[in-house]
Amino acid sequence: MKKSVWSMCGMCTVRCPIRVEVEGNTVKWLEGNQHILKGALCAKGSAGPALVADKERPQQPLIRRGGRGAGRWEAVSWEFALDYIADKLKTIIERHGPEAIMASSRGGPFQDLVKAFTHAMGSPNYSNHDSACGRNVHHASISLFGLGRKGFIYDIKNAKHLVLFGRNILSSLRPAEVNQVMDMLDKGGKLTYVDVRQTLTGIKATNFFQVRPGTDYALALALIHEIIKAEGYDAEFVERYTTGFDELAYFVENYSAEWAAKECGIKAKDIHELVGQLIADRPKVIFHPGWMLSRYNDSFYASRALNCLNALMGNIEVEGGLVFAKGAGDCGGKGPRALNELSPKPTAKRADGVGDVYKQFEKGPGLFHLFYKAMATAKPYPIKGIICVRHDPFACFPDPQAQKEALDNCDLIVSVDTHYSEFGWYSDVILPESTYLERDSMIAQQKGMKPRLIMRNKAVEPQADTLDLYSIIKGLATRLGLDQYFPHNTMQELWAWQLEPTGFTLADFEKKGFVEYADKPVMFDREKLDGKFKTPSGKIEIISQKLDEWGFPSWKPYVSPPKPPKGQYRLVFGRSPLHSHSHTINNPLLNEMMPENTLWINTREAGKMGVSEGDFVDVISGDVTSVVTAKLTDFIHPEAVYTVHGFGRQIPLQTRAYHAGMSDQKLMKGQLQNMDPVGGGLNLCETFITVRKSSKNHQRKVEL
Amino acid sequence: MNTYTLYLNSKRCIGCHGCVVHCKANKELPVGPILCEISHEPLKSVRGVPKTEFKFRSCYHCEDPFCVTICPTQAMKKREDGIVYVDVPKCIGCMACAGACPWGIPQHNPETNKAVKCDYCMDRLDAGLQPACVTKCTTHALKLVAMKEI
Ligand code: SF4
Ligand code: SF4
Ligand code: SF4
Ligand code: SF4
Repeated sequence: MKKSVWSMCGMCTVRCPIRVEVEGNTVKWLEGNQHILKGALCAKGSAGPALVADKERPQQPLIRRGGRGAGRWEAVSWEFALDYIADKLKTIIERHGPEAIMASSRGGPFQDLVKAFTHAMGSPNYSNHDSACGRNVHHASISLFGLGRKGFIYDIKNAKHLVLFGRNILSSLRPAEVNQVMDMLDKGGKLTYVDVRQTLTGIKATNFFQVRPGTDYALALALIHEIIKAEGYDAEFVERYTTGFDELAYFVENYSAEWAAKECGIKAKDIHELVGQLIADRPKVIFHPGWMLSRYNDSFYASRALNCLNALMGNIEVEGGLVFAKGAGDCGGKGPRALNELSPKPTAKRADGVGDVYKQFEKGPGLFHLFYKAMATAKPYPIKGIICVRHDPFACFPDPQAQKEALDNCDLIVSVDTHYSEFGWYSDVILPESTYLERDSMIAQQKGMKPRLIMRNKAVEPQADTLDLYSIIKGLATRLGLDQYFPHNTMQELWAWQLEPTGFTLADFEKKGFVEYADKPVMFDREKLDGKFKTPSGKIEIISQKLDEWGFPSWKPYVSPPKPPKGQYRLVFGRSPLHSHSHTINNPLLNEMMPENTLWINTREAGKMGVSEGDFVDVISGDVTSVVTAKLTDFIHPEAVYTVHGFGRQIPLQTRAYHAGMSDQKLMKGQLQNMDPVGGGLNLCETFITVRKSSKNHQRKVEL
Repeated sequence: MNTYTLYLNSKRCIGCHGCVVHCKANKELPVGPILCEISHEPLKSVRGVPKTEFKFRSCYHCEDPFCVTICPTQAMKKREDGIVYVDVPKCIGCMACAGACPWGIPQHNPETNKAVKCDYCMDRLDAGLQPACVTKCTTHALKLVAMKEI
């Protein structure tokens, strides 16, 4: 008998809604939810069943028997593994207090469970990966709009012009968004793409600017300058809803198109032409403020400038612009319950200092990398236990070696994941979570123009001895005497409890796989946006009161990025549409499509080194050397070399991914704490590396 | 008479290779056989923008398919509607079809030791559905076009 299950893809954190057809206990077909995606999925989405079937993922709980990272594991039962962890946690709590334990998970709608568990134990130290991802964008958005980066929806399909600074939107892809971009282009909309290299996105662009690495902020400032000079901004909107415009006009006075052209290595005439287009297309112009903008040491300000351009365009709450993300409350409804509501609010200060030493950062997940400082120095207090749920810090933060040294101060390291992670390999216990096709997840609210509730239903029974996250957390909580915070015995009970205030029932999900709070897009009255911006003044603060208060400038004078010394290059990284960072490298189908990454080198620079297409090159940073295949291209800035993130894995049990390609984060030596002091994001593109032709390019081969 | 062809709107295609994986997943293929391909020419600067466009290729479902003629067991067949497909139980995996096809389209499935190729997902077509690659193309760039009979 075939059954059809509404669910949610889990191959990356986009979490596309899907419909799965199952026969027996096997997935026969899956596709994007017809009601939202009209069937569309990306390559990774279709490779989900290959993940389920893959024997190269942990098949049962594992406890480390050799030294950390030695790879000697003992397979144990869930009872044993959970008892073991609970005992260690109890000891840590007795000796150092509950705040000595930290936990982190993937960001997004499912943080609740891990956060609730952390708080139930009495620790404030919940975190996630975001300091290597969107923190700069998030904080920049808060400083301007009083709303985080998810506070707005980009109505791309109705825009006339989309401007992307390094946001490789068609490769680091979200299918729904990609279709919006393609629809916009089909309707004659323009795309402006700015990057240090040409990408799958840039090839669709109307305007393309290949800039010198680290100069995004310069170009953004010049756009502000020229738009103000031409009086091409929405004066009425600016007057009504912003503060600090005059200071901005004064600040950008010297940042002309001619100046930026020199700084970025592009043509002033092209900047002027772009400015003309933007003014003509306004207000339906969207400046993407960046997704993963943990790159340069002025990325916070670059993102702030891009969002400020949105304000100048007057594109807020207009069709084809930035639309406030509406929640249940905006539709007169109520959101679902969260488990964290049951847990006591922790009283201790965060060990990462966020909200205390670092007032400028939002508490939420804090900043993961700062916990390493606490581990290493025992200040403000020791961190002795760490649980990472579907989060691989070694794959996302710089310098795993430095991370390991800090972690060696911990008495307990636990990794909960569906696949072997680099962090898991170094941990004490690996708890294998069921894959997304084998597990239920909590109901979550997705804000938008039409807010909805989304859920993941298990499509097939687990094929190995794995558990869903609720069972894992509840198992631990029960052992710690915290079961009152996780009172639900089944997912059905939990869902029903979550849904109670919403007025929806599980049956309401049967028709489409999700429920909506509104039939039509909800738009606020653009004449009455007062109070919608949650800044101290209730306006868009071009000059931010909060930044002022904390002693940071709202606009940082531009500093030209250093050029790499001779023989060195700036290491930049990005994504391919075929892999989700490091998670999918060992997936049989995706590995077949893209088994390794390469190093993109500017053709002329490669010529100087005597490197030809396909040669091996050594990539060196401190005591780390990687060998990787060179890919030559004319369309990358000569100061930069580029690679796809996620490769160079060193887990022997992942035979397909083992040592395939190179790892950018391992080459970021000494960069673990290189943080943007205002945005909190790590500066992940501030590493210079040496590249040379490798001695691995054999001249002769002898076979006897 | 050929009834169908797969058309790629290259303006919409983003080269994500989703179609290739959608196809493989639907046909439950192991590592090895790949039934459709996405390719592109090297980038060329067009008015300051380095550009290229993608091409999609699967079996051409030829009018007079060499693969059918050469097949020693009549496993390779052409349907009334023009679809050239492998009648799996009859296939002995000799791969003569691949040798005869000017483009080497038929692939060897190491798991079954049989030939496998694009059949426009005829089981899906017969059930009133679209091919896997068309249904799930990330950008809806692929279409199965039914050609009018002349
Ligand atoms: S983008 Fe692809 S991998 Fe990510 S959730 Fe959507 S279909 Fe899955
Ligand atoms: S899935 Fe669609 S967009 Fe992606 S490569 Fe294939 S045809 Fe192009
Ligand atoms: S396999 Fe080759 S010869 Fe046979 S129909 Fe396809 S393209 Fe023609
Ligand atoms: S029609 Fe079917 S068999 Fe042919 S390429 Fe598309 S998915 Fe593959």
